[in-house]
Order: sequence, then C-alpha cells, then structure tokens
Amino acid sequence: MSDAVDPFEAIKVVFFQECDELLGDLETGLLAIEQGQADNETVNAVFRAVHSVKGGAGAFGLDALVRFAHVFETLLDEIRSERKPCDDVTVKTLLRASDVLADHIAAARGQGAPVDEIRSAGLVAELEALTHGEPAPALAAFVEPDPAFAPVAITMDIEADAFGFKPVAFNLADLDAPAPAADAWRIVFHPHGRMYANANETGILLRELSRLGELSVTLDVSALPDLDALDAEESYLSWTIDLTTDAGEAAIRDVFDFVETDCDLAIRPASAAAPIAEFAPVETPAEPEFDIAALLAKAQADIAAAPDPAVIVEPIAPLAPVAAKSEQPPIPTPEPATPPTASAPVATAAPAPAHAPAQPAAVTIRVDLDRVDRLINVVGELVIQQAMLAQRVIESGLARSSGISVGLEDLELLTREIQDSVMAIRAQPVKSVFQRMPRLVREVGEMTGKRVRLVTAGEDTEVDKTVVERLAEPITHMLRNAIDHGLESPEERVAAGKPAEGTVRLVALHRSGRIVIEISDDGKGINRERVKGIAVSRGLIAEDAVLTDDEIDNLIFLPGFSTAETITDVSGRGVGMDVVRRSIQALGGRISISSTPGKGSTFTLSLPLTLAVLDGMVVTGAEQTLVAPLTAIVESLTPQPQDIHYVGGHDPVIRFRDQFVPLIDVALGMGFRDAPVAPEIGVAVVVETEAGTRAALLFDAIQGQRQVVIKSLETNYQPVDGVAAATILGDGRVALILDVDAIVSSSRRRSVRHETARTELKIAS
Amino acid sequence: MTEANTAAAARELIAFRIGEQEFCVDIMAVREIRGWTPATPLPRAPGFMKGVINLRGAVLPIIDLGARFGLRTSEPTARHVIMVAHVGGRMVGLLVDAVSDIIQLTDEAMQPTPDVASEQVKSFVKGLFAMDGRLISLIELDRIIPETEAEAA
Repeated sequence: MSDAVDPFEAIKVVFFQECDELLGDLETGLLAIEQGQADNETVNAVFRAVHSVKGGAGAFGLDALVRFAHVFETLLDEIRSERKPCDDVTVKTLLRASDVLADHIAAARGQGAPVDEIRSAGLVAELEALTHGEPAPALAAFVEPDPAFAPVAITMDIEADAFGFKPVAFNLADLDAPAPAADAWRIVFHPHGRMYANANETGILLRELSRLGELSVTLDVSALPDLDALDAEESYLSWTIDLTTDAGEAAIRDVFDFVETDCDLAIRPASAAAPIAEFAPVETPAEPEFDIAALLAKAQADIAAAPDPAVIVEPIAPLAPVAAKSEQPPIPTPEPATPPTASAPVATAAPAPAHAPAQPAAVTIRVDLDRVDRLINVVGELVIQQAMLAQRVIESGLARSSGISVGLEDLELLTREIQDSVMAIRAQPVKSVFQRMPRLVREVGEMTGKRVRLVTAGEDTEVDKTVVERLAEPITHMLRNAIDHGLESPEERVAAGKPAEGTVRLVALHRSGRIVIEISDDGKGINRERVKGIAVSRGLIAEDAVLTDDEIDNLIFLPGFSTAETITDVSGRGVGMDVVRRSIQALGGRISISSTPGKGSTFTLSLPLTLAVLDGMVVTGAEQTLVAPLTAIVESLTPQPQDIHYVGGHDPVIRFRDQFVPLIDVALGMGFRDAPVAPEIGVAVVVETEAGTRAALLFDAIQGQRQVVIKSLETNYQPVDGVAAATILGDGRVALILDVDAIVSSSRRRSVRHETARTELKIAS
Repeated sequence: MTEANTAAAARELIAFRIGEQEFCVDIMAVREIRGWTPATPLPRAPGFMKGVINLRGAVLPIIDLGARFGLRTSEPTARHVIMVAHVGGRMVGLLVDAVSDIIQLTDEAMQPTPDVASEQVKSFVKGLFAMDGRLISLIELDRIIPETEAEAA
C-alpha cells in the first residue's frame, strides 16, 4: 500500500477482504448443509454471510452485486425461517449461486473475468423460483406451453440489458389467476426505532417510491402512546402506501432494501384477490448483527485511530457473538449417527469435531506485508550475525565452559526461536487455496458428466504465504486431471463394482520440515500400456525400452505428453503435467506419482515451507563457494578417466548410467578460472533441468548439504546469467546460488559459439 | 529542500582519495563507511565490479571506483574503505583508498571540468572544487552503476 491511501479505498479493501472470509464461510456452511447438517446455526451463518456481502456492496454502490446477493439472500431467508425446506435441489442451486456470487465479487473487485450474465440471470431465476416454491421457471414453461401468456411470462430481458437485469418475481400460478388490477400495490411500512438510528428516513423512502409511480400515503398514528409514555428513541408511526406502478414488486422492494431488517414491511397487490404465499408480508426477523452505517463508522474510526492507514487492526470476531444472539437456540449436537466420512468434508481426517458451534474466533491483526518482510530480513541478519559471532568465539580458543560461550548458546536458542516465530507470521493455512476447490470440482464434474465427491483434510496446515499463493494453479490442474482422466464415468464405476460417485482427496500435511500435498482419486489408475504406447509414438522412449511401472508412470511428466485422447474443455489446454512439474520445481518442490490399476492414482507434492529458504548442496570451484539447489541434483559421482570422452575435441561428456551427458566446468564457465582442469580431480554432480535434460556439473569438492537463506542479487545489482540468487554463509561471506537451467543451456550456447567463432576465423583467414 | 535553487546553498560532501587524486560525493548519498572485507566475485562481471559482500544480510555489490574511472585497479587490503552509497534506489559499495574529510561548499565554488581530464573520468565528474591548494572532483553517482547487462558484458 502506498503512503497516501484514500480512506474510502482502504475501507473498500477491508470490505473485499471480508468478502473473502464471508465467501469461505458461505461455502463451508453450504457444504455442511449438503452433508445434512442444516441446523439453525449453519443456516444462519450462511444467511449472514450473504447478507453482509449485500450490505457492504450496497454501501459501495456495487449494484450488480447487491441485486444478485439480494435474490440469494431472499431464498436463504425463506430457508432460515423454515418457510422453505432445504432439499437437495435447493442446496445444489445455493452452491452454484455461491459460485456466481464469488464471480460478482471478483468482478466488483476488478479481478477475474466479467460475470457470466446469462449464468447469473439463470441463477437469479432459479433462486426466485425456489423462493416462491415453484419449479424452475424454464422447466415450468415447457410443462405448460400456454401460448396465451408464454411470451409475457419469461421476459428476463437478458440480451437487451446485460447489467441492469431486474430480479423479476414472476409466478406462473399467478399468471393463471385473474390478473390483478393494473399493478396497484399496497405497502404497509412500519419502521423500527433502529432504522432512524441508522440514519434512514421515511421521507426519503417515500420520495424513492414516488419515482416509481403514483403514490397515496396514509399515516397511521394509532400506535402513538401518551406523551409521558413516549420514548423518544422509539418509532410509533407506520404508513400505508398505495402505489400504482408498472415497475413490479422487485423495484418496490429495492427501495426498502437497506431498511428491511429495521422495519416491518408488507407489500401486496392492491387487488385483494391474491394474498398468495409469496406476497405475504415478509416480516424480516430483527437481526441486529449487521448495519452498514455502524460498520463504516467503525472502519473509519479504526482508520483514524491507526497512525498508518496501511495497517488496519481489526479483531475478526463479529460473527461468533452474533451467533449466540440468534433467536433459535442452537442445536447442541448433530445426529451422532452420521459416519465420519459423510460429515463435513472439512474435517474427514481428524475425528470430525463435527462443527464446533461458535468457536472463539482468534483475534487477528492485519499488517502490511512489507513490514513483516522487513522484520524477517532483520531476523535473518541477526541469525547470521549470531553464527559469525559464535564462530569467532570458537576461533579465539575460549573454553566451552566460559561465560561467553554459555551466553552465546543461549543467544543461539533465542535467535532460532525468534526466527521461527517470525517465519510463522508469514505462514498461512492452505485453507485459502483448498476453499476454492469444491467449486472447481463441481464445475469439472458437471462438464465431464462424472459424479465426484471432494474430500479435503489438513486445511489448517500452514505454509509461507508466497508458497500458498503459488499452490493454487498446480492443485487446480491436478484436480482437473484427477476428475477428467482419473475417474471413470458413473456407469463404468458401477460396472467395476465401485460406488457411482468417485472420490477425490486433497490432503495437506507437514512432513520433515516440508509441506506435502496429496491429490488422489479412486479412479482407474494409469493405463501403463497406453502411456508407454504414446511415449514410443512420440519418440520419447525407444520401442524396446524396458521400464519399471514407476518409470512408465513418470513418463506423463515429460514435456509434450498428454494422455487425453481428445482435447476436452477441462484439460488438454496445451498445459501438461510437465508444466505442473515445472511450477512445482520453481517453488523448490518435487512431485511424484503412484498409481494402482483399477484403484486410482496419487500425486504427491513435496514443497519447502517457505521460499526464503532453499535446500542446497554447498560446493567449491576455483576457491569459490557455490550452492546448487538440491531439487535439481540427481546424483554426484567421482569422474573416472575411462568415463570421460570428448565430443568435437573440446566438449567433455561423461558416462552416467549408460548415457553420455555433457560435463560442465562451472568455475571455468563463470570465469573463475582460465583453463580447464582435469575432471578426475574433481567431483561431478549430475543435475536435471526443468526441461528434463541432464548434465554433469564439475566442481572441485562438495562441502555438504545445507539450508540456505535466499538473498536477492537484483535488489542492489542486476540479474546474473547462471546465478539464481545469493546467500550468506556462516562465515558471513556471500555465496552464489547456481541457476542450473541457465548454466546447462548457456554451456550449450557457448559450445555453439565456439564452433561459429572458429568457422568465422577460417573464413577470415 | 527548495534551497537548491538559491545560489548560496552550501552542500556537505564527503571527500575521498583514489591514488593521488581526490574526489567527493554528496554526503546525503552515503549511508555508512566500512573497512574492506573480501568480496565474492560475480561471473562475467566487468572488471570494476569487485563482487558482492554481505552488508548485514543484504547482498551489496562493490564497485572499484578507481577501475571504474579507468585510473587503476586496486588490489584491496584491510586499509581500503567501502563507502556504502544509495544510488537510484539501490545500495552499492564504492571501493576507495581512503576517506579524507567532510567539506562544505557552495555551488558557486564549483568549476566546470576542464578539457584535460580523460573522457572516461569526465563522464563521471560533475565539476571541480579548488580548496586549500587541493583539487577535488565531484562525482555524479548516478553514472557509476552500469545501467544494464549490456554494459556489463
């Protein structure tokens, strides 16, 4: 964030951050409902999430978002007040609506593609149809193709006005009935005292209404008490408004949009003929939890109080206490009968703490990332300085029992602890990535016609923010693959004696200082015959190559390899597993696969917890200490004279498992020495580039394996070819971290240059 | 800092030596002055890039100013000095023989670089000061750092 943050923009940023959380709550809640936990607590939470989004969106004038959220919320309100049962179809619709709501939010935020208006309008129609207890209108229209009203009934007007669609409440039963007298409405409006406290005024609402059509207003003062009983804070007046308009009920409701929780409101057609269910006065239950004015005031106060607008301290706890206030007493425990697998997918691995009602929300603080980074930097320096100091003390020959040595040991423990705590600040649960996946699974399942259940576990596993952010893409890709290629169609599954619904598992866990992500499916497994066939036909392996099962499975990581027979919408967008592997490697991670025919496949990602640290092999070349990333290293070996050959006179190659790979003298290539040394006196480290090509890097010696802190060269200098970054060793000196890919490819370029230089020379002479 | 326009504005400069010659830079650009520590060489860097050192956790490139001016290449010893300077959003270390003193001068005292200076030196020198019989050249730091990789190659 820059120094001069527009306070309004800052509030908006907070709003969108809250939207992320609310969407998470919404999805979690809906999934819980889908799993049969439709208790009041959950339904209320879901309603509140949408309601809060709507309220905030209204404050920022995000009309499209408000309109969609409103329709969404209306249906949820029906469910919450138990006027509408929450059946399977409804939940599925709600889930899709939450996806579209997310789209609307992303669009309002200026991220992602514009909202698919057709889809959005379609869902609005579905939501409204459900709200009014009717089958989906489109279906109904087909069932009753009555030419008399059909053209009138479905005027969604999507094409004409892509953004300004109105949530038109249409009801076929109503159209069947004798038409109500030309759009005359009677509105009974009784504001609560709170409405005035929130700075809303009846006069303004009436003025809004008067814009819709002809108005006749009757003030009802019957509730006014005697003067001595009068509470100045209370509201005793109500209005009966007769309105003639062609704008429809939705437009009228829009006027009351922001006060509807603060008033009693009844809107019905003036013709008394139709007190149909959906026109019954919707008495929105009083919900004190949300009000925009207070929220804005609070946000503003927070900003005013904070010395730096970049930092907004915000206890994220408003939901829990509210939950306790809701009218219906929370049901203590859900049906104990539900087996753990069928319960919330959120918690399958652990013995489901089913859904701990109203967890005490952790108090959190939002801090500008720059500040955290600065702190991490300083702590990194502290650790190095401490190590240097320790080394000096050892060099000085002080006894281990001396006061200084003992003090230094304590200091070391403390610095380690500080470092761990500081790194923990940047750590984030992978939940933010996992939460996006149910939607993906639904969509891919729909597209491929497969029935999929996503089971996630370990969402709270924490990993550095930068890693979390870059996990989404590979996980998305692999989940798509698992559904598209891994799972069979429901019919095939039944034929194979499996449940028609396939299961895809997404699990995160910590293992030996790294984060492991597993994506597994219970599908058909890898068809090794076919994989091998494709590899042979593409010339990736020799026809007579003898490969183990594992080796065959790993062929799918080769560039240009795709098992998709036909390019589907879902996968086969020219992105193969090689790209996934490359993005994982770029994170300093590894990917492996294991597959059992007929049982399914498991992809395992192993990633470092932070990008600030790298597992490296410390080597020396021409007296320089260098670090080679461990992820690139296949093996190291001592070159034997008989294994070294020269191609074209000066380019050495080394035999490595019956394969000749180029032998690159790194120190020579980097200009640290002028003449090549005999390879036999050094050590060759076989590396594999991201593209899968192998080469052997020649060093003088290997010092050992170490975790190193990555430092940027670009900050103060510039990118250097062949160098990925720098690090600082225990002695305080800078060591360069090698960019293996660049070294291998530039050595190839250099030998080509040699060739051309020589030919040019010949031509010149 | 609008005083820059008034002619009498005095600037504080740090004067330093390379060989027999004296130079100076604006004191505001200099963050600290340290003794020489061995630098880690960078591959394929131009001759005046001595390499990088660790400045409390940051990687600091060291420019041998003498070599950069085309005067001579220093074989640095513990007596050499690194001036840590802030140039164009980056931190760089400037290797010089010694820092002599802090001087205060007005812009009026500055004389244009005479034609006798070599083209290479001239391109880095903004102007000259004569002081107690000494000749001090004011360095334009922005020109010290090679702009792109192309220049380094």
